[in-house]
Amino acid sequence: MISKFQKYLFFAMLVACVGMAAFLIRLRNRAQDRLAAQATAAPAEMAETTSPPTTVTLYVPNDLDDSLTTVDTSLSLPAGRNAQARVILEKLVEAYNAPGSTHPMQVASGIDDVYFVPVPQGKDGTGGGEMAVIDLSGALAAAQPSGIEPETLTLLSMMATLHANLPAVTEVHFLVDGQARETLAGHADLTRTYLAGEEPSVQRSALRVPGEENGLRVTGYGLPVASQQVSEPASPLRATGSRLPATLPAPGSGLPAAARSGE
Amino acid sequence: MRWIEAAAVLGMAAGAAGFQQQSQPAAPLAQNPAVPVAPAPVAPPRVQPPQFLVVVDAAHGGSDIGARLRNGVLEKEITLGIAGRLRSTLRARGVDVLMVRTADVDVAPVNRAETANHAQASACLTIHATATGSGVHLFTSSLTPTANARFLPWQTAQSAYVTQSMKLESEIDSALAHAAIPVTLGRASVALMDSMTCPEVAVEVAPVVAGHVSTARAVTDPGYQKQVVDAIAAALEQWRSDWKP
Repeated sequence: MISKFQKYLFFAMLVACVGMAAFLIRLRNRAQDRLAAQATAAPAEMAETTSPPTTVTLYVPNDLDDSLTTVDTSLSLPAGRNAQARVILEKLVEAYNAPGSTHPMQVASGIDDVYFVPVPQGKDGTGGGEMAVIDLSGALAAAQPSGIEPETLTLLSMMATLHANLPAVTEVHFLVDGQARETLAGHADLTRTYLAGEEPSVQRSALRVPGEENGLRVTGYGLPVASQQVSEPASPLRATGSRLPATLPAPGSGLPAAARSGE
Repeated sequence: MRWIEAAAVLGMAAGAAGFQQQSQPAAPLAQNPAVPVAPAPVAPPRVQPPQFLVVVDAAHGGSDIGARLRNGVLEKEITLGIAGRLRSTLRARGVDVLMVRTADVDVAPVNRAETANHAQASACLTIHATATGSGVHLFTSSLTPTANARFLPWQTAQSAYVTQSMKLESEIDSALAHAAIPVTLGRASVALMDSMTCPEVAVEVAPVVAGHVSTARAVTDPGYQKQVVDAIAAALEQWRSDWKP
């Protein structure tokens, strides 16, 4: 026999549950609306608060000789480092997609977002700086040619470009569509965090074709010690007023070639 | 976090090589002097030289098709074909080979690394194929070289072998150059490679783009594949002659 008190208690708890569920659903909808409003406001903010054109350095990969070539281009950057990083990387993806690209990839938009997370400094003085989390679009991952070389070049070019233009970035982690993923397209590891300033990330390889001069001298295990001179600006970025694709950075310098050429 | 007990593996290797019998052959007899023991002829210690073994891993397989090359050819098919050729060529030259996969089956990356690590191989090669670039791309792990230790973190176990991997890469590079095949050297982060406890090189075969000297060759060209395989086999023979266990 259920007492009247128990019945009242049951119905009171039921009403409370329904009320709490409705409250939570309402909170969730409000949070979704807020996020959507931020997302739609971002491009408007970018358009309104863009600065005068500034020179940015892109590290454009070349599949044929496994190298990164610096290309300087002028961009009007928006306010806010996240938006700046995104615009710079989108420009790099644009270079992938351009006709005659040395790293062809048919993708219209490749960067969903870029976030920055401070890296705590270790007791021995290591660390510090910022970790950039690059959220790649699923379209870019789908368009990425599969292979160790092309996938590694994509990651390296993004890391080197970000580090060159935002030197505070010391580490880079990649996501795809906001989710952690094992590889970019079956090969390059996306589970690890990369050091943006590490030598292999900006310069790590060389091509040696027997009997064919390509301007590279190889020592040790493949680090070129001479720069590659590109005879003509094959870059599709010429239309934006960019300077010539210049030289490969010297190992360990981590500096864009334009900075060195200006010395 | 997974760890690899390197010292335990090395201890097993030493035991297999007969080093333990060598160091303490009469210890059990000396512990019980009351028991009369007839002088037994002392058998010469059996020192079995460590085996030179090459692990060949045809990347991808099964549901993991790898890259889609031209004309609908799949990377997993090319890698298996090249790996099979390499096995035959190496065996013909008297080199023992362990294949990680011999059929179109799924093999988890962790199982590939475990197979290579348990074999205590003298050289590990992972065969890949791609449609981009030109010639053969050789990759070693991008991990910073470290000293060998008793315990190695699973994700970075290769760091203790990076220096050897680079030497092996250099051997293969020289052999490919001798065969007039364009070579690209690099370092990459591939999860499977970073967990291997052996000198490891990823060999990625790309089509040859026509140049001033080189003529265009497809990845599927059997003649090109044979040239690549012969060069790698020659490099591994050289590696064997220089190899010190």
